[in-house]
Amino acid sequence: MDAELMERELMLSGHVGCPGCGAAIAMRFFLKAMGEKIVIVLPACCWSIIAGPYPQSTLKTPIIHCAFETAASTASGVRAALDMLGDTETKVVAWAGDGGTFDIGFQALSGAVERNEDFLYVCYDNEAYMNTGIQRSSSTPYGAWTTTTPGHDWKKMRKKNIVEALVAHRIPYVATASIAFPDDLIRKAQKAKEIKGSRFLHIYASCPTGWRIPSEMSVKIARMAVQTNIFPLYEVEDGKNYTINYKPREYLVREYFRLQGRFRHLTDHDLDQIQDMVDEDWQRLLAKA
Amino acid sequence: MRRVIEGSQAVAEAVRLAHVQVVSAYPITPQTHIVETISDYCEKGLMQARFMRMEGEQSCLAALIGAQLMGVRTFTATSSQGLAYMHELLHWTSGARLPIVMAEVNRALAPGWNIWADQTDSLSQRDTGWIQIYCEDGQEVFDSTLIAYRLAEAVNLPVMVVLDAFYLSHTYEPVDIPNEEDAYRFLPPYAPRFRMSTADPRSFSGLVPPCDYMEMRNDIALAMEDVLPQEVQIEAEFASIFGRRYSAIETVNCDDAEIVFLTSATITSTTRLVVQKLREQGEKVGLLKIRLFRPFPTDLLREALKNVQKVAVIDRNFSFGTSGIFAQELRAALCNFSPKPLVFGYIAGIGGRDVTPDVIEDIYRKTKATATPDENGVWIGLKEKDHGC
Repeated sequence: MDAELMERELMLSGHVGCPGCGAAIAMRFFLKAMGEKIVIVLPACCWSIIAGPYPQSTLKTPIIHCAFETAASTASGVRAALDMLGDTETKVVAWAGDGGTFDIGFQALSGAVERNEDFLYVCYDNEAYMNTGIQRSSSTPYGAWTTTTPGHDWKKMRKKNIVEALVAHRIPYVATASIAFPDDLIRKAQKAKEIKGSRFLHIYASCPTGWRIPSEMSVKIARMAVQTNIFPLYEVEDGKNYTINYKPREYLVREYFRLQGRFRHLTDHDLDQIQDMVDEDWQRLLAKA
Repeated sequence: MRRVIEGSQAVAEAVRLAHVQVVSAYPITPQTHIVETISDYCEKGLMQARFMRMEGEQSCLAALIGAQLMGVRTFTATSSQGLAYMHELLHWTSGARLPIVMAEVNRALAPGWNIWADQTDSLSQRDTGWIQIYCEDGQEVFDSTLIAYRLAEAVNLPVMVVLDAFYLSHTYEPVDIPNEEDAYRFLPPYAPRFRMSTADPRSFSGLVPPCDYMEMRNDIALAMEDVLPQEVQIEAEFASIFGRRYSAIETVNCDDAEIVFLTSATITSTTRLVVQKLREQGEKVGLLKIRLFRPFPTDLLREALKNVQKVAVIDRNFSFGTSGIFAQELRAALCNFSPKPLVFGYIAGIGGRDVTPDVIEDIYRKTKATATPDENGVWIGLKEKDHGC
């Protein structure tokens, strides 16, 4: 990270996220890359709270809070208005959680990127409805406990592959990023900022509260998600050109799972199965790259 | 210039002359001719607007919320299921104090599928903080759409311009379309009181605790109270430029009337003929048309009806468990006031069934012959049913 970016802080201290909140870390790095000339569209998500209650705001950029399912459509309208006003400098960012992206906002997102709306859509993914108290989303991984997948009812479905869903729309740029790899995250945000059309950034943002991990483990767990190939770092341009940004596998899946309370109930057999799933997904990705 | 056009085209002409900058659309019968016409104007360069082809009505309104917040004038149109799908964002629009204008074509709600005229769709959105104007003919549709922008922007609340499916949306009538200059004189370019800007970064529509939320809601209530005085002024200005005068309600032969029809939308036109005929037969009958439903013109109605014995309300809509909605609202408006007329509610024309002069005369005769109203309303023209409920 260069010195200028180190200094640039568009997120003020005093946000109201939980200790160790990955979503807060994600925003801080992201804004370093984007600068002040952006409008952030923010649907219901943890960040609706983290940003601070009226009349306060933790960001030095405009924020338009919007209805849960409308991040992509509201952002489309913001872009249309800026274009009509002749403002091509200001960039439009939709900043949504996994619930607002994978689930309730998916129709609006698919519609907007099919139209190739000129915005950067960021999903910070904490793998469940954390703002409402840890309920399962379609981003929740196989094996996880949540308050709506308790006990023996732990989630038996795989996490939706949102990146591939976006790639299938053949948009100019789709990338994954992680709060544990800030240089990579900033580079991707800067790259996405300059591209015209729909760009999608999927940021892995750990949630100590919902994942049942100590707050000081937030970044380590996010790093391990990459190092286990559970959350690979890669970019896809124009729906076809894949670049994998980080390759060596340094941990087995079970080492990542064993550190988190949300996976405590899983047996060795379950973990073996999950290892197979992760390996399979990784091979599929390698085949595309 | 007078042109023979559809009600739908009248909306589109007004949107063109309003210099709307962002239009969003998702097709639903019978709204389609409105947005098709606007789409055509945009393609031909007759309108300098971004035409957004959305993937659903919810997104249509969301896009306008985003656009309007950036400081541009916006428009969308929908109907029935589409309006119901927008419901959450209808509240959002007024809560965010955005002067968005929408044309809403009254169509029945499913099931069963029914694309014909019925007001239950828009009336069931009465608590969403939108101003609602109900139109009787093509000219009123055009004029109301222009007026809607002035009104919306005066009070920072959204306006729904409501027109009946087919009877108005697809019916050709002569409509006087003013020139650009006169339209511009009445409705200059949008000058927002507030817009989002990176130069003055703010957070808008975020979390508001109980210590502030109530005052914000009260501000909306006060803005609604301001609509009627603003409307009087705007209508006067409209009349001075275009020579046509409207008001929240219109009365015909009410001064000496014993029985007054209360109507809205296209049923009004038919009722005018019936009132004329009954007057010729010596009946003391009048007509009161409600044009502005939200805010409800309570004081005007009390004044207009103070010497009337009976009001026959014709509702092309129904609220299950109570009665027709105009009748319900009228009863509420009159209850703390005296003298007041008896309110007779009639349910007619549901799901696009024709409301003919005969139907309206039947309503008159029933009202005249009945001493005490049925509080649930009387359904007119029901066929014999051979099944239970």
